[in-house]
Amino acid sequence: MMRLFPKRCAILIFFLMLMPHGANAEIKYIDLTNPFLRKIPMAIPVFQSMGNQPTELSQVGPFSNELKDMLDFSGYFKMLDRSSFLHDPQKSGITRSTINFQNWTTVGAELLITGGVRMEGGQMVTELRLFDTFKAKLLVGKRYRGRVEDRREVVKRFCSEVLLALTGHAGFFDSRLAFVSNGTGNKEIYMCDFDGKNVHQVTNKHSITSFPAWSSNGRYLAFTSYDRGPVQVIIKDLQTMAESRVRYKGVQISPAWVPNRFELTATLSNGGDQEIYLLTGKGKMIKRLTNSRGIDVDASWSPDGKKIAFVSKRSGRPQIYIKEINTGRVQRLTFEGNYNTQPCWSPKGNMIAYSSMAQGEINIFVMDIERNDPIQLTSNQRDNEAPSWSPDGSLIAFSSTREGKSQIYVMTAYGTDQRRLLTMPGEQSHPRWSPNIPQ
Amino acid sequence: MRKNIWMVLALLIVVPAMLLATSCAKKQVDTGMSTTEPDMTSEDTMNAQAAEKARLEAERIKAQEEARARAAARESFTNDDIHFEFDSASLTPQAQDLLSKKAGYMLAMSGTKITIEGNCDERGTDAYNMALGERRAEAAKAYLVNLGVSPSQINTISYGEERPVDPAHNEAAWAKNRRDHFVINN
Repeated sequence: MMRLFPKRCAILIFFLMLMPHGANAEIKYIDLTNPFLRKIPMAIPVFQSMGNQPTELSQVGPFSNELKDMLDFSGYFKMLDRSSFLHDPQKSGITRSTINFQNWTTVGAELLITGGVRMEGGQMVTELRLFDTFKAKLLVGKRYRGRVEDRREVVKRFCSEVLLALTGHAGFFDSRLAFVSNGTGNKEIYMCDFDGKNVHQVTNKHSITSFPAWSSNGRYLAFTSYDRGPVQVIIKDLQTMAESRVRYKGVQISPAWVPNRFELTATLSNGGDQEIYLLTGKGKMIKRLTNSRGIDVDASWSPDGKKIAFVSKRSGRPQIYIKEINTGRVQRLTFEGNYNTQPCWSPKGNMIAYSSMAQGEINIFVMDIERNDPIQLTSNQRDNEAPSWSPDGSLIAFSSTREGKSQIYVMTAYGTDQRRLLTMPGEQSHPRWSPNIPQ
Repeated sequence: MRKNIWMVLALLIVVPAMLLATSCAKKQVDTGMSTTEPDMTSEDTMNAQAAEKARLEAERIKAQEEARARAAARESFTNDDIHFEFDSASLTPQAQDLLSKKAGYMLAMSGTKITIEGNCDERGTDAYNMALGERRAEAAKAYLVNLGVSPSQINTISYGEERPVDPAHNEAAWAKNRRDHFVINN
């Protein structure tokens, strides 16, 4: 099977230790109506070296920290400080029958993850267990075997299991972010893991390259570039690195993929007016989608592929509209403020994030489509633009100039835990969160 | 109106040159030779040569002046941007005046091919500004076409907010950046 990146992962074998996940249905761990209102206290002590072997001993600290950081990123948990633990990693038990859960409830932990690492025949075998400390109950147990270098992959997989058990959704740990950075002197497209690690440069066009857009299987990236003169939408196959171009005259703006299809939309003006057109994944015309004089741009598809949100100036100022493709019905979404752009439809289907400019500032808003109640998520932090949802709809990436230059930030869907994702030379913008792309 | 500039230039240059040439011719002195067939004396030859030299010189000066005028007009064409109000692609009266001058240039210099580059200030969001930049370029193109310029002579391109002339973050800079810039391609 072809891989997105040249690194090869060893085969990871995991055996289910125990427990069907359905048993958790009665116990509500995370309130999904506002999951970030109360973070669940979680303890992740340093893992245990099962064979007391040098490699194991050097791994247990960083390994447990990596898991702690990755779960912390989700925003659901309050990670407890290890200095308060009544626990010796090398002596205390890691299985349900050997753990003294009172040691954990005393320090306030409601969830506990223990880990054991053993080197076996040159490979690292890891056992990871998630417990409910008050019920003294095992929620998730997994064993992984692989190379030491593939540790991060193990952490990602276990985090997905944890979130699946607690929220019913596997989260975003296999997702990536594409974004624009001008650190080389030109705007180019870059990519990184969901947590800002493993940044690498995707384009090298020495021009103005921007507007990355992921296909829903994560295999194709569309973007725009001036590399051959007037701006063109380019569709890149991330496996073969082959590129197709959209070859219509006039401006080409903001590509957006149709969910689960090898099709995308872009704003083109080759028909004389700027409208949103539907194209094949190779860039060939299918049909025009909007029909209104004036600017129509910035399309974002609903996860079921039946509607687009887009920006139109048809009422005089830029506002966001929704068009149902089958019926052709168009309705206006934004009525507050007079400069609303950059809509991004949540993968959950019920919310749209967008940016709104007022009083010299741009801020991120979210709106429930049914209730039409805009909620402001950023304020008094200079310009905040280009919101993009994580594949589980729990987090939003965006760009902000709050610290001076434009950089990429992440926050929960409720606007809490706003933090910078990464630091690199130049200015970064246009974060675009990919779907989960299993390696 | 466009022909007048050239007429005036022509008159200012050509007339003095002609005067120079003819006055040289008048300096031809009667040598007093009384032969029935006027023969080319050395003095006559010298005067004829001097007249030719003066005529060529006058023509050279005229050509130089014309080239200078053309260069100045070309420079003015490319240096003078037209500007726009915020979030608007409408042509202000000043923009229309400038565009009329540019149309004049293009009609006088037939065969000129240009690109109009539409730009926005940094405020607002990228995709919308890409679209707005194009509308600004197209508005200028439509105005020139209405004045008789052939559409095949004009290309448009939008740079959105990507190419400000003034990187400062204040109203003065933004006003400069909301512009169409004109580039001569040939």
